[in-house]
Amino acid sequence: MIKIRVIPTLLYKDFTLVKGVQFDSWRRVGSLLQAIKVYRLREVDELIFLDISATQEGRSPDFGLVDDFADECFMPLTVGGGVRRVEDVKTLLRCGADKVAINSAAFEEADLIREAARRFGSQCIVVSIDVKRSTNGKHEVFTHSGTKLTGKEPCPFAKEVEKQGAGEILLTSIDRDGTMEGYDSELTQSVADAVSIPVIASGGAGSYDHMLEVLVKGKASAVAAASIYHFTQMTPLEAKHFLREKGIQVRI
Amino acid sequence: MKKVAIIDYGMGNLDSVARAIEECRGEPVITSKAEDLKLANYIILPGVGAFGDGMRNIRELGLERTIKEEVLQNDIPFLGICLGMQLLASRGYEDGDTTGLDLISGEVIRFEPDGPGVKVPHIGWNEVVFERPHLLFRDMPSGKDFYFAHSYHFVCKNREDILSLTPYCGNFVSAVNRKNVSGVQFHPEKSLQLGLKLLGNFLSL
Repeated sequence: MIKIRVIPTLLYKDFTLVKGVQFDSWRRVGSLLQAIKVYRLREVDELIFLDISATQEGRSPDFGLVDDFADECFMPLTVGGGVRRVEDVKTLLRCGADKVAINSAAFEEADLIREAARRFGSQCIVVSIDVKRSTNGKHEVFTHSGTKLTGKEPCPFAKEVEKQGAGEILLTSIDRDGTMEGYDSELTQSVADAVSIPVIASGGAGSYDHMLEVLVKGKASAVAAASIYHFTQMTPLEAKHFLREKGIQVRI
Repeated sequence: MKKVAIIDYGMGNLDSVARAIEECRGEPVITSKAEDLKLANYIILPGVGAFGDGMRNIRELGLERTIKEEVLQNDIPFLGICLGMQLLASRGYEDGDTTGLDLISGEVIRFEPDGPGVKVPHIGWNEVVFERPHLLFRDMPSGKDFYFAHSYHFVCKNREDILSLTPYCGNFVSAVNRKNVSGVQFHPEKSLQLGLKLLGNFLSL
């Protein structure tokens, strides 16, 4: 049986590992390469790397950097941030990324997802959807690190990108990001029910119970988290032991 | 030093495979030249992407004949990974209907979800259950998890070519072998210690 995945997310700016709260107040939390080495030693299921400043600064992904750190990864690697063109996807895959996450360009480059999925296969195209709840309680999709409102709702948008060829959705609740108050399970469930591709839940993990909730109630295929690993003693392996005791299929 | 040709046909994760081979003390050569394949002690066909594009690229590079010569006449150990395993088949139905390398009889078809909530692509860690012993699996326990990322799977014509099965949408074939030709649907280069172990085993064939 396929296992659920417990995935540390590494957000970076230049060579520095950072973490924010609700996509803001970024603080430095260490060295990127050091973190990668530790996670390799701990045999984590997968890693997600997101360059948080590439799109904002209007530049391409730092291919050299990805190439260097991918050399240390003998585990699956999803890389995102600044991916705009099919060539970016191609180069990232060549550098050692297994999957490429597309966020802002999913809106701005009409054929990017379709063309990238056709050329490299759906299994390596992750669409990263950032969601914020508006004042009237409705979920809305944002791009550009949460600064730009798209006017789309997450479920119809997820269906749209699935149809275009996305192989996975990285679903982040901006409201919960960095708060450690728990994932938005309601949001996750609505998207997981709407599509037949896997959904990675992200934003809000503060305890192993939160992970359990978004896996069971939210129907996520994987749980991504950052703060919990940076700021507490909790680890992906311990999370998996906890989840296994609760009857979730994990890889130990 | 064991020279390992990693075929570059424009389809994906060559660097990861090369790094993993280095880690297993092999000497990787990423190449799209027939001469390099002839000099290699081992050949790996990696690959991410669609069957149709993959075969088209191999044919445009003029590599199909060399691959078959090295494998069938010179008995060079050959390993297909992910799409590289699928291309060993007789035909594939991704992106049209395409003839494969036909080194292992069978077809490559899309997963059909066998229940509600079953996701395609099959992405993540899943068990590899050995169907028969093989040196590729030396000193490895059956039923351990390896990393998969694919929407299509290999259907073997001959049962004896099946090396392992994995439980998803029924049981699908996750490794194949016929003589010196092997293929794995999972990514050993991305399956941490156990994956490196398998690649190390390949380099001692």
